[in-house]
Amino acid sequence: MISTLLANKNKKVNRRDFLKVSSLGTTGLMLSMYIPVLGCGNDNPSAAFTPNVYLEINEKGDVTIIAHRSDMGQGVRTSLPMIVAEELEADWSRVSIRQAIGNEKYGDQNTDGSYSIRMFYEPMRKAGATARMLLEKAASEQWNAPLSECKAQNHLVVHDPSGKKLSFGELALPASKLSIPDNYVTEPKLKNPKDFKYIGSETQMLDLQDIVTGKAIYGIDASTENAKVAVIMRCPVVGGKARSFNYTEARKINGVLEVFEIEGAGIPPQLNKPLGGIVVVANNTWAAMKGRDALSVTWDFGPNADYDSVQHQDALIKELGKKGTARREHGMVKRTFDNSNNKIIETTYRAPYYAHGTIEPPCATSKIENGKCHIWAPTQHPQFARDAVADALGMEKNDVIVNVTLLGGGFGRKSKPDYVVEAAVIAKETGHPIRLLWTREDDVHHDFYHAISAQNIKVAINKNNKVVGWYHKTAFPSIGATSDASVIEPTDAEMGLGAAGLPYDIPALCLESLPAQSSTRIGWVRSVSNIHHVFAIGSMVDAIALARNMDPAENLLDLLGTDRSLQFEDVKAEAVWNYGEKLEDFPFETARLRKVIEEVVKKTDWGKSLPKGRAQGIFAHRSFLTYVACVVEVEVDSSGNITIPEVHYAVDCGVVVNRDRVVSQFEGGAIFATSLALNSEITYKNGRVQQNNFDGYQMARMPQSPQNIYVHIMESDEKPTGVGEPPVPPFIPALCNAIFKATGQRVTQLPVDLNN
Amino acid sequence: MAAYTINVNGKEHTVDVLEDTPLLWVIRDELQMKGTKFGCGKALCGACTVHLDGTAVRSCSLPISVVADSEITTIEGLASGDRLHPVQEAWAEHNVPQCGYCQPGQIMSATALLSQNSSPSDDDIDAAMSGNLCRCGTYTRIKAAIKTAAKK
Repeated sequence: MISTLLANKNKKVNRRDFLKVSSLGTTGLMLSMYIPVLGCGNDNPSAAFTPNVYLEINEKGDVTIIAHRSDMGQGVRTSLPMIVAEELEADWSRVSIRQAIGNEKYGDQNTDGSYSIRMFYEPMRKAGATARMLLEKAASEQWNAPLSECKAQNHLVVHDPSGKKLSFGELALPASKLSIPDNYVTEPKLKNPKDFKYIGSETQMLDLQDIVTGKAIYGIDASTENAKVAVIMRCPVVGGKARSFNYTEARKINGVLEVFEIEGAGIPPQLNKPLGGIVVVANNTWAAMKGRDALSVTWDFGPNADYDSVQHQDALIKELGKKGTARREHGMVKRTFDNSNNKIIETTYRAPYYAHGTIEPPCATSKIENGKCHIWAPTQHPQFARDAVADALGMEKNDVIVNVTLLGGGFGRKSKPDYVVEAAVIAKETGHPIRLLWTREDDVHHDFYHAISAQNIKVAINKNNKVVGWYHKTAFPSIGATSDASVIEPTDAEMGLGAAGLPYDIPALCLESLPAQSSTRIGWVRSVSNIHHVFAIGSMVDAIALARNMDPAENLLDLLGTDRSLQFEDVKAEAVWNYGEKLEDFPFETARLRKVIEEVVKKTDWGKSLPKGRAQGIFAHRSFLTYVACVVEVEVDSSGNITIPEVHYAVDCGVVVNRDRVVSQFEGGAIFATSLALNSEITYKNGRVQQNNFDGYQMARMPQSPQNIYVHIMESDEKPTGVGEPPVPPFIPALCNAIFKATGQRVTQLPVDLNN
Repeated sequence: MAAYTINVNGKEHTVDVLEDTPLLWVIRDELQMKGTKFGCGKALCGACTVHLDGTAVRSCSLPISVVADSEITTIEGLASGDRLHPVQEAWAEHNVPQCGYCQPGQIMSATALLSQNSSPSDDDIDAAMSGNLCRCGTYTRIKAAIKTAAKK
C-alpha cells in the first residue's frame, strides 16, 4: 500500500515463474519458489523474481510451511498454508507453520491492501503442486513404475496397480535429490477445483487454541532477557519538539533508569520515522509510566500549534465552492447542470479523522548484539520496518532481523514502523534490550489518522427521470503529505479508492479534487479513502432514488446500466487505480455488482414491511476488486438511539479459500464500519487531539453492534480477491440510508448524531 | 517498594513492587504471565480482565496493595491441564477470535458472567460484556459462544 498509494507508476510486470529445488541438509526436501510480484508494494524491478515461500518436509513427513505474511486476525497464517497443503496432498494435521522474518527472499510481505490471497493464490498452488510432483517422481523411481501410476494422496504416494505406498517422510530425501524438470516449473499439474479438500472449506485458525488459552504471543508479549521498558512523552502537536525538560522528579521514581530525548522527523513527519520526544527507560512498565508522568517538559509546538479540525473542515467546505482539479470527466457537464429543464439535487458531506484503535497498541522489542539488531514486533510490513531501522541506526539491512509476532489488530496502523524504529533507537542509546510500549493515550494522540474530508455531490435528473449528470468534488489531506509536504491534493490511488471508479452509466460526469493541507500524520485505515467517498456516493445514490421516486435497490440497478466491462478512459491519470492490478487482469464487470445486489435483495426480503422506527437501507460497491452488496436494517427509538438488528452482505470475491475467515471478515467489517458511522471521531484544537482514551475515542461495543450478520457468498471460479477491507465501505451508506428511511433525517456528517 | 504475596491460579507468589502498581503489571512484568493483556490502562476496554474471588475485574486499574489474599484467576488458570474450560471450548467451536488479542479478557468476563448466571439472556450478555472492546468485531460470535457454553 505504501508505494502504491504514494506513487502511481505503471510497473512492468514480469510473469515468468521460476522454481528451484535445493537439498536441505539431510533432513529432506526444501522447495523454494520464485514468483513474479504482481505489481503491489514492490518498487524494485530487480526484486521482481524473489522467492516467496519455503516448504519443508522432513524425513518424518512433517510439513512446515513458512507463513511470510502477517496475521492480524484475517487468518492468513492458516489460509495460505491451506492452499499449499491442498496441492501438496498433505494431511492438514501434519502441517505446521513458521513465521518468516522480514526479507525479500519471501517476496512481498506488506500485509495490507487486502491482497495476500489475491497475490499468492496461484504461487501457493504451484508451490504445493511442484512439491507433490517431485514426491510422485521419487516414488516412481523407487518402484521403477510409470509416473502416471504414482499418485499422491493424503500424505502418501500410492502405486495404483499394486497398492504399494510410500509416505511423504520416506520420499522427502529422495525427492530432494531430483533435478526439477522444466515443465514442473512452467506448468505444474494443478488439481481440478472439484477435488479440493481444503480450499473452500471452513478451517480453524492454526493459532486458535493458543489464543483461547492465553498462550499466543503478540508484540507486547515478546520478551528477551534483561529487557528494560521504555515509554516516550511526545509533543502533543505534530511537528513540535521539546524546548527543555526537567527529569529530577522522574529520576526519583524507583525503577527509572534513564531519561533522554530522541529526535523526530519534524515536518513532514514521515511514515517510517519517530515523532521524537522524551524517553523514560525503567526496570518495569509501571515505573516507566510513572516516570513519564513526573516529567516536566516545555514544548515548542511548532507551526501546527493553532490547528483546529473544525475550522479546517469548514475551510474545506468553502474550498468546494471553487473549481477543482479534474480527475475524471466525460460528457457535457456544464451544459447538463446549466439546463433549467433538469432537476438538480446537491448535498455536502463531512467525515472526521479516525484512529485505528488496535486493542494492542503499537509496541516493539529490540536487542542490539554483536553488530546485529534483533526486533520482535507486531508489524504488517517487516521489510519496511527492517529498512527503517537500518536507516535510523546506520546499519546494513541484513544486520536487522525483524521477527514478526501475532498482531493484536492492524487495520493499517502497523504498516508504519515508527514505533519499531523508536525501540531500536532507544536500545542503541541505552545499550539495553528494550521493550517499547505505547499507552492508549499515546495511540489516540499520535496515530496516522484517516483523513478528515469534505465532499459535494451534485446530480442532474432530466424530465424523463433519467440521471444525466454527476458532479463530485472531494477535499481531504493526502497520505502523501505525511512524507512530502508539497503534496496538497489526493494521489491517483486515493482518488481511485471509491471515487474515480464510479460504475454508473451517466452521460455527463465530473470528479474533481481540491487542495487540502495536512497538519498531522495522515495514514490509511481499513478501506482508506473508500470510507468517506463511499459514504457520500452511497448516500447521494439513495437521495437520487427519492428524487426519482424509485425503490432504492431498483434505482441502484438502473444506475448501473447494462452489463459491461468498465474501461475508465475518461480518468485523468495514466490508468484508473485498480488496486494495483491491470484492468485486463481484474476487470470491473458491472454484471458481478448487479448479481450481488440481486442476491442481497433476495436474501433480505428487501422492501418487507417493518414496524415504525425500523427500516432497511442498501448500497453496493466494488473495492479491492471484491464486489459487495449490503443491506442494513436499523431501529431508531424516539430518543434517536440507533440499534442494528440485522445486516446482510452478498459477496463475490472469486474463489473462496477459507470460508469461515471470509465470513468472519465481513462480520468484523460490519462492526468496524458501525464504529466509523456511529461512534468514532478524532478532533483537534490548539494542534492537539482532544480525545485521550476509549472514553473519548468511542468504538462500537456489543450492544451497539449489529445483532445478526448474514454473509451470502457467491459461488465463483473467478480469481480470488481479498476480503479484509471490502466489507467496510458499503455498510456506512447502507446504514445511513436505513436511518433516513426510518426517521426522514438524511445523514450528511459522520459520525451520525440524530440529535444535532 | 513493598513486598506482596498474592495467590494467582492457586499458587502463591511474592513480589517486590511499587505500592500503586496495577495488578496487570505485576502479572505481566513480575510473574511473566502474558495472557492478560494491556489495552487502555483505564478500565475502558476489558483486555486485562481477571477474576478476583470469582468476580471479573480490570487488572489495569486495580493496585496490588488492595488485592490482599484474594484468589486471582487469569486466562492461564482457566483450563484444567489439557482440558479446556467450557467457555474456551465454546470459543473454539464458534471460531470466535480474529486477532485474538482481546479474547482472554472476553473469556474471563464471560466465565464470570456464567458462574453467576447460568442461562443469561441477550440483555444480560450485553450488560456483562459491554466493558470488553473487540476492534476486530467478534461480538456476534462471542454472544453465540456464551450461549453454547451456558448449555455445557
